[in-house]
Amino acid sequence: MPDVHSLVNDFVNQLKKRKIEGSQATAKQAAELLRSVISQQRVPQTNQATALINAVRAVGEKLIAANPVELAVGNIVRRVLHIIREEDLSLATAAIAGLELSPGSDDEDDVERDDYPVLSAAAVAAAARSTLRPPSLQTLLEDTPISAANPHTSSSGGDSEGKSRSVDKSSRGRKLKHDVIEAVNELIQDISTCYEQIAEQAVEHIHQNEVILTLGSSKTVLEFLCAAKEKKRSFKVFVAEGAPRYQGHLLAKELASRGLQTTVITDSAVFAMISRVNMVIVGAHAVMANGGIIAPVGLNMVALAAERHAVPFVVLAGSHKLCPLYPHNPEVLLNELRSPSELLDFGEFSDCMDSASGGGSLHVVNPTFDYVPPKLVSLFITDTGGHNPSYMYRLIADYYSADDLVVKRRPATGS
Amino acid sequence: MEVKDQAMNSKQKKEKSSKAERRDLQEAQRAAKAAVKAEGNKPSGSVTSVNLKSAKAAKPPQKVDNTSIAASEKKGGDRPSEKDRKKDVPHPRLQYDDKSRVEKAKRRAVVNQTEARNRVELFRHLPQYEHGSQLPDLEAKFFQIDPVHPSVYKVGLQYLSGDISGGNARCIAMLQAFQDAIKDYAVPPEKTLVRDLTAKISSYVSFLIECRPLSISMGNAIRFLKSRITKLPPTLSESESKTSLQSDIEHFINEKIILANKVIVNHAVTKIRDGDVLLTYGSSSAVEMILLHAHELGKQFRVVVVDSRPRLQGKVLLRRLVEKGLSCTYTHVNAVSYIMHEVTRVFLGASSVLSNGTVYSGVGTACVAMVAHVYHVPVIVCCEAYKFHERVQLDSICSNELGDPDVISKVPGREDVNLLDAWANTENLQLLNLMYDATPSDYVSMIVTDYGMIPPTSVPVVVREYSREQVWM
Repeated sequence: MPDVHSLVNDFVNQLKKRKIEGSQATAKQAAELLRSVISQQRVPQTNQATALINAVRAVGEKLIAANPVELAVGNIVRRVLHIIREEDLSLATAAIAGLELSPGSDDEDDVERDDYPVLSAAAVAAAARSTLRPPSLQTLLEDTPISAANPHTSSSGGDSEGKSRSVDKSSRGRKLKHDVIEAVNELIQDISTCYEQIAEQAVEHIHQNEVILTLGSSKTVLEFLCAAKEKKRSFKVFVAEGAPRYQGHLLAKELASRGLQTTVITDSAVFAMISRVNMVIVGAHAVMANGGIIAPVGLNMVALAAERHAVPFVVLAGSHKLCPLYPHNPEVLLNELRSPSELLDFGEFSDCMDSASGGGSLHVVNPTFDYVPPKLVSLFITDTGGHNPSYMYRLIADYYSADDLVVKRRPATGS
Repeated sequence: MEVKDQAMNSKQKKEKSSKAERRDLQEAQRAAKAAVKAEGNKPSGSVTSVNLKSAKAAKPPQKVDNTSIAASEKKGGDRPSEKDRKKDVPHPRLQYDDKSRVEKAKRRAVVNQTEARNRVELFRHLPQYEHGSQLPDLEAKFFQIDPVHPSVYKVGLQYLSGDISGGNARCIAMLQAFQDAIKDYAVPPEKTLVRDLTAKISSYVSFLIECRPLSISMGNAIRFLKSRITKLPPTLSESESKTSLQSDIEHFINEKIILANKVIVNHAVTKIRDGDVLLTYGSSSAVEMILLHAHELGKQFRVVVVDSRPRLQGKVLLRRLVEKGLSCTYTHVNAVSYIMHEVTRVFLGASSVLSNGTVYSGVGTACVAMVAHVYHVPVIVCCEAYKFHERVQLDSICSNELGDPDVISKVPGREDVNLLDAWANTENLQLLNLMYDATPSDYVSMIVTDYGMIPPTSVPVVVREYSREQVWM
C-alpha cells in the first residue's frame, strides 16, 4: 500500500507541475498507475467491485484535481471504472449460468440453493439485461438499478454459507481482479497502438498531388502522413509553425527527413495559403462529447479559414482522448494560460511600465488551447474508424458508464 | 508605329549591343508602358519613348514592377487605345520562371543577388533571392554607382536593412530623396528636362526596387511625380521647373499623407466610445495616431495588440502606447479567437485597398478580420486615399512579396527551438515568408479615408473620380 501511495503522489506532483506532455503519455501513465492500485487493493469477500471502484475513485479524484485541464487523466479513470463494472457484470452472469448448469454439486442446501439462484438470478439477469443488451422497451420497463442488484446478491450469498459458495466467492473475487487487470492491460495496449490503427486509414483519405495543411506538431499526424507516403502517394505539406511553442518546426524537420515535400509557414499566413490547400489534418488534445475539440491554440482560426474556403478539416484522435463531458465555456474553463515570457521578455517592457504618467498597464495573454466547435470539424478519424462529429456522443456509451461522470467518492456507500 | 519609330531613332543615338535584342525588349515594354499613361495623359507617345529609352538604360528588374503595375492598372483603366490593347494581350511581365528573361535581367542588375536555393514552387512567379547577400555588395559598389544620387542610395539601403518600414514612412522617405535628387539635378546639354529627368527618376526607381520591391503606395507616388514632370510647361526655365517640382512633392506629402492622416484620425475617433476594447494588428501609423488622439481626448478604452512572427511589429506599437499611458493587452495571432469575445472594435491599417474592395495589408490581417467577422465585431480599415489602386486581386498568391526565409528558422531569444538552422541543406524543406495578404472585402465593415468613411465597394469610385481628373493637387 505505501508503495502505491508514493506512486500516486509522484504522479500527482508531475501533473501539477505540468511535467508530463501529451495526452498519450499521460493516459498511459495513469492507466499503469491505476493498474498498480487495483492489483494492490485488498478486496473483501463481498462487494469486490464496489471496493475496487471506491479505491479507483479515490485515486482518480486526486489525479483529476491535480490537472483538470488534462482531460486524458479523467478519461482513463472513467474507463477503468467502466471496466470494473463491466467485468463484474460479466462475471455475475457467468456465475449465474454456471450455477444453473451445475445443480448436483452440493446436495445439502437444496432449499436455500433453490431460493438463492432464483432470487439472485432474477435480479442479476435483470441487471445484465439492462446493460449488456441494447435497450428495448421491455428492459426499460423492468429496469432495476445495478447497485440494488449487487447488495442483493451479496446479502443472499451471505445467507447461504455453503462451502461451494465461499469457494465460489473468493475465486470470483480473485477472478474479478484478474479480469480487470487484464482489461486494463488491453487498454494500455490500445493507447500505445492507436497510432498504427489511425495511420492505416491514411490511404483512404490522401490521394496523389494533394496539398495538406497542419499546425503545430502531433505524433498522430506524423504517423498518418508517413503511412500515406509509404503507400507511394506523393503530396505536399504546409506546416504552420504554431507559435509560441514552435512545434511546427519539429514536425517539418521530421517530415522532410522522411522524404515529404514540406514548407514551413508562419501562423499569420494560414489564411493566405489555405486557398491552395486540399485538406487540413490536425491532432487534438481532447474530444468532447458534443464533437467539439480542445486543440492547440490557433486551430480555431485554421478551422474558420478552412470553412470559408470549403476545405475539409480532419481531426485525428485516439479513443483515449474522447471525454464524456460536454463543454461549457471551454475557452476559459478548459484552458490554461502559459507564461508571458514566451511572448515578451521580462526585461523588455519594464522601463515603460512604471512611468510617472499614471502609466499604462500591460497585460499579456498566452492561452494554450483553443476550442473548435463541432460544426467546423468535417471528420474524426479514430482507431475505431472515421466518424462524424455528431456521432461522438454515441461512442461514449462504449467506453464509459453513466455513473462515473462525476468522479467523486460517494460518502453514503461505505467502503 | 510612330512610337516605335521614335524609339528606334533615339536608340540610334546610343551605342548599345544588338539591335534585335533592344527591339524585343522595346516592343515588350512599349505595350506595357503605354497603359501607364493611358488614363488621360495625352502626350503618351513621347513619354513612352522616353520610358523605353530609360528602360534600356535601366536595369530590367524595373520592368517587373513597372509592367506589373502597368498591367494591373490596365485592367482597371477605362480607355487604353485599341492598338495598345491588342498588343497588350500576351502580357510580357517578367515571370521569374522564365529562364532567359531572368538571365538578361541578372546581367544588367546593379545589385548581385543570388537566388534562393530552396524555392517554393507555388511562388515561382515572384523573385526569391537570398537575403543578406545584397547589403555588402551594395556597400562595396558605393563609389562606383554613378547614376544613383546619394540620398536615393541611402534610402535604398534603409529599405534593405529594414530600418524604414511601413507604407507611409517608405513613401515619404523616397519622395524626400527624390526632392534632393531634383535639387541637385542639372539638365545635360542637348537633352530636354522632361525626358531626361523622367529617365533619371526611372533609374532611381529601379534601384530602389532591387533593394526592396515597391509598395503600392510608392508606385502611386511615382506615377504622380512622373505626371507632374510631363505636365511642366516648356516655357519654364530649368531652375523654375525644379522648384516647381520640389514644391509639388512637398505638397503631395503634406496633403496626401500628413493632412490625410489628420482627417482620418478625426473621423475615426468618432467611432470610439467609452468602455470600448479595441483590437489592432501589427503596427500601423494611422491606427497608432487614432489611438493616441482618442486617449488625449480623454476617452476610456483598452487596446489589444495582436502580433505575429517574424517581424513582431506589434511590440513597437505596444511600447509607444504603454508609454503614453494606455492600458494594453498583448497577444499573438494564434490567440485571436480567444481574445475576440471581449473585443468591441477592430482597427486595421492597410498597405493598399484594391478596386474590388480587397484590403492588401501585412500578412495575418486576413486572419484577424475573419475571426472578427465570425464574432460579429466591426472591422474598420484606416487607409489614405493615395494608397488606393485600380488593380484587382482575389487571393494572396498571385502577387505578393517574399521576405527572407531565414528569419522564420531563427526564433530570437528561444534557443531551444532553433531546430531549423540547417534548413537550406535539407532537400525537401522550404521556408516561406510572406509579407502581404489579401483580406476579402466582405470581412471589412468600413474604410476610413481622407475622403470620408466609405464602404469597401466605393473604393473603385474614389479611384476613378479623384485620380482621373488630376485632383492630385
